[in-house]
Amino acid sequence: MSTGEQALTGIAGLPLALRGPAPVRVVAGFGFWLFLLSDIIIFAALFAAYAVLSRSTAGGQSAAELFDKRHVFLETMCLLASSVTCGLGSLALLRTDARALYRWMAITWVLGACFLTMEGREFASMVAAGAGPSHSAFLSAFFTLVGTHGLHVTLGLAWLVVMLLQVATLGFQPVVGRRFFCFALFWHALDIVWIGVFTIVYLGAR
Amino acid sequence: MDTQVQAQGQAPGVDPREQHGARSYLIGLAYAVVLTIASFWAASTASVYSPAVPVLLAVLAIAQMGVHLAFFLHISSAPDQANNFLALAFGVFVTGLVVFGSLLIMANLNHHMMPMDELIKMQR
Repeated sequence: MSTGEQALTGIAGLPLALRGPAPVRVVAGFGFWLFLLSDIIIFAALFAAYAVLSRSTAGGQSAAELFDKRHVFLETMCLLASSVTCGLGSLALLRTDARALYRWMAITWVLGACFLTMEGREFASMVAAGAGPSHSAFLSAFFTLVGTHGLHVTLGLAWLVVMLLQVATLGFQPVVGRRFFCFALFWHALDIVWIGVFTIVYLGAR
Repeated sequence: MDTQVQAQGQAPGVDPREQHGARSYLIGLAYAVVLTIASFWAASTASVYSPAVPVLLAVLAIAQMGVHLAFFLHISSAPDQANNFLALAFGVFVTGLVVFGSLLIMANLNHHMMPMDELIKMQR
């Protein structure tokens, strides 16, 4: 292949062995994407456990009696809205617009915190009503699955604070952008897991 | 977007065509809200043949996951996304094996298990 042809087709025309290493941004994003997929496989195992145990109520309350769909709808909307504001925040990051970034990410954080508060209150009222995780196999599976998701959201909120501090202290460096980008992927992935949770756990209870 | 980056792949979450537009997120939000409301409606309505409701819920959930992947995570089947797409396909495959495999095995074990009262009778 002549140099002229190469310039036309770009590096895609080269055999794989002659292309240089991919840019760090692509490699970091792909590595984090693999982590997210393996995290989703952990959730798959918890979903499977829940599906197997969901009718083993040991004489206690069943899923249909325990859950309030309106409450879950509000939780779902909080998480969905926070996913969108996180996306708008990462667009602000690409524009290196600090004010818009702080504004969208603050909204993301507050919506995430609202979600966690609602979930915490639901858990507390269930435990207070005698439907704690030790009551039946169904409730153990429920608290493990939904609690693991809640733990991920908690870690995400802490990570978001750290990222905002890094933007404030280090500025819009490429490394900060990559980390922020991984956070946005993490946050969107948690919302995808939540679709499974509200469909299988809350709406599946009929 | 330089040619080198395009040829060697895109990081997930990056959409070169939409880098400065919020449109993708707003379209995704509209689809996701409609699908979520449809899910909650399907779960509490009496106007859908009730044995079909779980199938409807599954279809709506899978559609919404697709919307999130396409509009929020910007995963597509474009040639420069082959790595991301293949990894996703493998993740979906393993997830399916874990979930359906567990359900199948546990249902089978449950089917072959001796009823509890028979077990108690044998222990007397």
